[in-house]
Amino acid sequence: MAEAAESSGDPGTTSPRPLFAGLSDISISQDIPVEGEITIPMRSHIREFDSSTLNESVQNTIMRDLKAVGKKFMHVLYPRKSNTLLRDWDLWGPLILCVTLALMLQRSSIDSEKDGGPQFAEVFVIVWFGAVTITLNSKLLGGNISFFQSLCVLGYCILPLTVAMLVCRLVLLAEPGPINFVVRFFVVIVMFAWSIVASTAFLADSQPPNRKALAIYPVFLFYFVISWMILTFTP
Amino acid sequence: MAAADELAFHEFEEASDLLAETPDAATTSGSNQLTPQGHVAVAVDSGGSYGAEEEVEESDRTALLQEEKQQPGFWTFGYYQSFFDVDTSQVLDRIRGSLLPRPGHNFVRHHLRNRPDLYGPFWICATLAFVLAVTGNLTLVLAQRRDPSIHYSPQFHKVTVAGVTIYCYVWLVPLALWAFLRWRKGVRERMGPYTFLETVCVYGYSLFVFIPTVVLWLIPVPWLQWLFGGLALALSAASLVFTLWPVVREDTRLVAAVLLSTVVLLHALLAVGCKAQQEGKPLPALPLRP
Repeated sequence: MAEAAESSGDPGTTSPRPLFAGLSDISISQDIPVEGEITIPMRSHIREFDSSTLNESVQNTIMRDLKAVGKKFMHVLYPRKSNTLLRDWDLWGPLILCVTLALMLQRSSIDSEKDGGPQFAEVFVIVWFGAVTITLNSKLLGGNISFFQSLCVLGYCILPLTVAMLVCRLVLLAEPGPINFVVRFFVVIVMFAWSIVASTAFLADSQPPNRKALAIYPVFLFYFVISWMILTFTP
Repeated sequence: MAAADELAFHEFEEASDLLAETPDAATTSGSNQLTPQGHVAVAVDSGGSYGAEEEVEESDRTALLQEEKQQPGFWTFGYYQSFFDVDTSQVLDRIRGSLLPRPGHNFVRHHLRNRPDLYGPFWICATLAFVLAVTGNLTLVLAQRRDPSIHYSPQFHKVTVAGVTIYCYVWLVPLALWAFLRWRKGVRERMGPYTFLETVCVYGYSLFVFIPTVVLWLIPVPWLQWLFGGLALALSAASLVFTLWPVVREDTRLVAAVLLSTVVLLHALLAVGCKAQQEGKPLPALPLRP
């Protein structure tokens, strides 16, 4: 640093004032001791805050996590290019959504094993292994998103499809017929498109530009399979 | 410097900005000033279509990169990343090459250019497995429309069966083929055998033509289904045969004939298996309880 300070003070340099121009005015001799305290006023405040979470009530803790999950749900429902899902990722939301979806896809009939509908474990495995495979794929293609951030985004973007499943179950309470099917088809298609748009808004920026389609296609396949499971559900 | 600003990648922007502001900064950054521009210049040239001159530059670039870093070991992530080093345009070009096989064009030399990837085979197999299951389901729905006595069920286990079969085919058959070709390597003088990954690549991309075929099999006209099936089998087997022919040509006639016919036969078995699974046997309606 000292050499840089001396060299930038040379006369005859006609370049515009460089970034470290002020350094030429500083002379550090060995006589002046450099000592003092480095305190950041905010730090003690944060430390207080951290230790106080141990003493807060359980309701506060749970509500804080639930609020974080709810905030991310809002970000998925109104997808804009924002970093919230990526910055503070958590896997509670995906777990809640996956379990809800798997429970709703269970068939209530007695001979459900013979009919071969997707069991709870199959849905669970498809969602989680699908998400892991897509994450590995995007990392192998050279994306700079971390493993859990990607899992978080993919899990949260199942929310529109879970809403579609709820609507389908309600619609199936009415009498079956072609109108019933058309309504369910339309709802599932719209929610499928919504899921893809939401996950693309969050994930696309982390891929190298000439491989974006390669990284997005597996996401498309993943949500297509989940939509198919929802559409073919019959109670 | 303006040219470097326009052409610089993201990771070099900060470096070139800092260098622009402090030209008299520490001398070690002087040599770094050349390499960003050097990388930019070479990368822009080799980003376009392939050609003889550009291949030379590309080999220069790969030689340069190899000097800078050694081959990563198989336990590192970077090793597997080298198998996914493809762009969208390259994958599409390889798919096109497998759809339209030509007798002179060797898929491995012409399209893969000795840089096989695992992205294509993996996701084509996954897509084929899911499309098989979905269309099998749809066939059942359409059959139920015509004949209401058939009981409809999602038949989710089809996905598992289809997936396992296709993945085993794309991994085990190339393994056997590669092992056989290496065993016969002594007979051949001119052309070296393909690596295992190149063989997997050829098989994986050749399965692409089955995806639209399986969708077209939904049309319930039997002779049309056989036509589509035959066409798909012909295209896909032709792609395999044209790729294997230069390697097998120098071998004895008997071995060449047996090998090629085995390849075609296995491929035909796969096609027939896909068709059979897609039709399935619809379950009879459950009797009403009295």
